[in-house]
Amino acid sequence: MSIQVKFFASLREQIGISDTEIESAATAGHAWDMATQNAARPTNTLVAINLEYAQFEDKINDGDEVAFFPPVTGG
Amino acid sequence: MSAHISASPFDPWQAIASHQQDSALANKFGATATFIGSMRDFNDNADVSKMVLEHYPEMTQHFLNKLEQQAIQRWDLLDCLIIHRVGEINPADPIVLIACWSAHRRATLDACNWLIEELKHNAPFWKKETRQDGERWVAENTNGL
Repeated sequence: MSIQVKFFASLREQIGISDTEIESAATAGHAWDMATQNAARPTNTLVAINLEYAQFEDKINDGDEVAFFPPVTGG
Repeated sequence: MSAHISASPFDPWQAIASHQQDSALANKFGATATFIGSMRDFNDNADVSKMVLEHYPEMTQHFLNKLEQQAIQRWDLLDCLIIHRVGEINPADPIVLIACWSAHRRATLDACNWLIEELKHNAPFWKKETRQDGERWVAENTNGL
């Protein structure tokens, strides 16, 4: 099993990764550290787990999809 | 009730007419409220010649579906339609359409207002503008005033 990690918009460009897989992570914040090799996380970064908004402290399970993105600007 | 993400231009007026015509509840509609957002050719006192709208396909569709369900539960709506563009967008192109139908005006107006505010603040879309001095990600939406 693994965890899918995705980056969108300006974060994708800053990190230089669109999506990647990591073997495991305890929390969403840990997933960021693993996927970015401990890159600094912009303070306004948002996170989603399995398509729902989440917190960086939230736990991650095998098979989860974690996404990181900046504040949204649609509409 | 439906939510669409469109990679190609759409005509919001045609979409409203078609949706209403095809609805099984059309004879019960007493009120229709709509919001249409279009691309401006300026932002923050700079000319904007083009825009690219990025989204998170699975989450965005899930989010829009959920918004409609919440609106239907909260207000006495008979039907609801959301269409949102993604991809390359030019000035004057429609970006978003929200339409709500009900038997009476208050539910449609309140639901339409709530839907566009929720969408603007939380739906996972991101705008990248092309200006004379290059491309830049829009940092945040305006407050709407």
